[in-house]
Amino acid sequence: MDREVSSQSYSKNRLGRWALIMVPYAWLLLFFLAPFVIVFKISLSEVVVAIPPYKPVIDWAQGLAGFVEAAQQWSLDNYIWLTEDAIYLNAYLSSLQIAFIATVITLLVGYPIAYGMARAPKAWQPTLLMLIILPFWTSFLIRVYAWIGILKNEGLLNQFLMMLGIIDDPLVILNTNAAVYIGIVYSYLPFMVLPLYSSLEKMDSSLIEAAEDLGCPPMQAFWKVTIPLSLPGIIAGCFLVFIPAVGEFVIPDLLGGSETLMIGKTLWVEFFSNRDWPVASAVAVVLLLILVIPIVLFQRQQEKQKEAQ
Amino acid sequence: MAKKPIGPVRRAFAPWEDPSAIPFIEFRNVTKRFGDFVAVDNLSLSIYEREFHALLGGSGCGKTTMMRMLAGFETPTEGQIFLDGQDLAGIPPYRRPVNMMFQSYALFPHMTVEANIAFGLKQDGMPAAEISSRVQEMLRLVKLEQFAKRKPHQLSGGQRQRVALARSLAKRPKVLLLDEPMAALDKKLREETQLELMTLQEDLRMTFLIVTHDQEEAMTVADRISVMDRGHIRQVATPGEIYEMPNSRFVAEFIGDINLFHGKVTQKQSEDAQLYCDLTDSTINIQGAGDVRVGDEVTFAIRPEKVRISLDKPAESNANVIQAEVWDIAYMGDVSIYHIKLAEDEFIRSVVANTTRLVERPITWDDKIWLSWDRDAGVILTN
Repeated sequence: MDREVSSQSYSKNRLGRWALIMVPYAWLLLFFLAPFVIVFKISLSEVVVAIPPYKPVIDWAQGLAGFVEAAQQWSLDNYIWLTEDAIYLNAYLSSLQIAFIATVITLLVGYPIAYGMARAPKAWQPTLLMLIILPFWTSFLIRVYAWIGILKNEGLLNQFLMMLGIIDDPLVILNTNAAVYIGIVYSYLPFMVLPLYSSLEKMDSSLIEAAEDLGCPPMQAFWKVTIPLSLPGIIAGCFLVFIPAVGEFVIPDLLGGSETLMIGKTLWVEFFSNRDWPVASAVAVVLLLILVIPIVLFQRQQEKQKEAQ
Repeated sequence: MAKKPIGPVRRAFAPWEDPSAIPFIEFRNVTKRFGDFVAVDNLSLSIYEREFHALLGGSGCGKTTMMRMLAGFETPTEGQIFLDGQDLAGIPPYRRPVNMMFQSYALFPHMTVEANIAFGLKQDGMPAAEISSRVQEMLRLVKLEQFAKRKPHQLSGGQRQRVALARSLAKRPKVLLLDEPMAALDKKLREETQLELMTLQEDLRMTFLIVTHDQEEAMTVADRISVMDRGHIRQVATPGEIYEMPNSRFVAEFIGDINLFHGKVTQKQSEDAQLYCDLTDSTINIQGAGDVRVGDEVTFAIRPEKVRISLDKPAESNANVIQAEVWDIAYMGDVSIYHIKLAEDEFIRSVVANTTRLVERPITWDDKIWLSWDRDAGVILTN
């Protein structure tokens, strides 16, 4: 009797669990997979001057036959084109490079901040956390625009430095890669600080004392204990900065110059200036494939972390 | 108070009795303040080589601060700490020849058991072959040989505790500091570990300093106990002396159970005194009263197990005898605690060992009984 009740409630429970799991899957299906399929389909098409600016267009009125007819015209030409023009490969490599350097800088800037927060008195920590999240309350675009005001030749930074007499002529920062790095580091800093803080904050401070007790000077204790124990935070933070930074468009567009080559910008130019949707789509698909690698690595690392706990 | 040896002293190790002995660890007028809070107040303490010393007290009594000052994690506000003749002032924790076993164990979670134990040795630049043999030796010592490759999270609480112990012993420190080492263990494991710790300390011939709030633990493991209270040491003595001859009401009440009588000294002849308690309208004869004077208001303290109860008036003339009534009985299995009413709101406890399987108690509720104790069974507390 008891058993029946419990097995019944178990199956009910399982149903509930399925329903719960299906919600995010349905979401992903609708808002991620479906658009991706559409983009992928466009990437197999050919550019034309028309609305929409590609062909073939599937004629759903003909049913399956319309689909088959369109499918027969699909080709990988656009992907081959990406390998033929060096600009795409250069843009991908340059994006990866900029994202990588920016991630390292963000880590170097973010680690001391997170460390300071984790070591701050417990009563201050919520406030400090709030301050880290505070920039999100303003539009990302506006914050990047604000950096133009700071970095331009007659901007706040140059005026300030000239007022102090440190420099005589304004520094040219805006429209250079330096401005792109500043923009990325600034924009993605919270994504670095938060996982670092959460891993540092969990750390038992007696571990450092134990290391010192066993003969470790503070700096060595930092390298041998603090850094290894915050590694999950370092990895998470780096992925969270690196992945979106690779495809970043707004920052290189607003702060970067003509020398700044990033795939996000290339994609934008293909899509809006050249109105070449198929090539733009192919660029996007390849970008996605490139980013799948770090995302998979990240996931695997997270799982390993979970197992270790 | 004159020190009287309690029973035959079997323990030969008692350097604190020897005035020529040089202390191994010496706290000299040490004060530690945290802002306005005085954690340790002008405190002096000598601990001798190979001694197992316990700092015992409730939370906030300053015992942990004492240990942390010795380890170097806190700096004394005033005073000096000497270890083996060396002033420790200005020496950072990583250069002090002491090692600490942390209450949380503080095992490095990213390292194996082996690597944890080897950590301090590597830090000292010991050759790899020597490290490996020392680690093996330590693993054997704590019986964890087969767990060398495990990570701390794959061990039980008791095993982790052993790793922490092995790690803190690996460098063969001059002093091993144990911060509440058994707080996280269950009672049975705790008792076993206490005995092991004692054996270990004797075998290794090392100086151990333990911080604990558990009086039984301190009594079990330590050669001497410092009873601490609000930054002061109330008494430093062997467990036997602390128990049988507490020097103050605080110590008497902190360690074990005790009956207290308030009274006035009515007679005094050499070491013998007579006390009159008005609450119970009784006279107590005391042998070994120390230096009290006639007319002093004092507290007489006697442990419950030293108070005998009987239905008939005891014959011995040497004892103190009071008639009273059984108020309540607490049966604990091994012993029974009798709560005996002397007068209105005046109770005394007597602990009686249950030496036979009692089907029916010879003495039970509301019985009129006789209390008796030897003249030298209790002590006079002057403060």
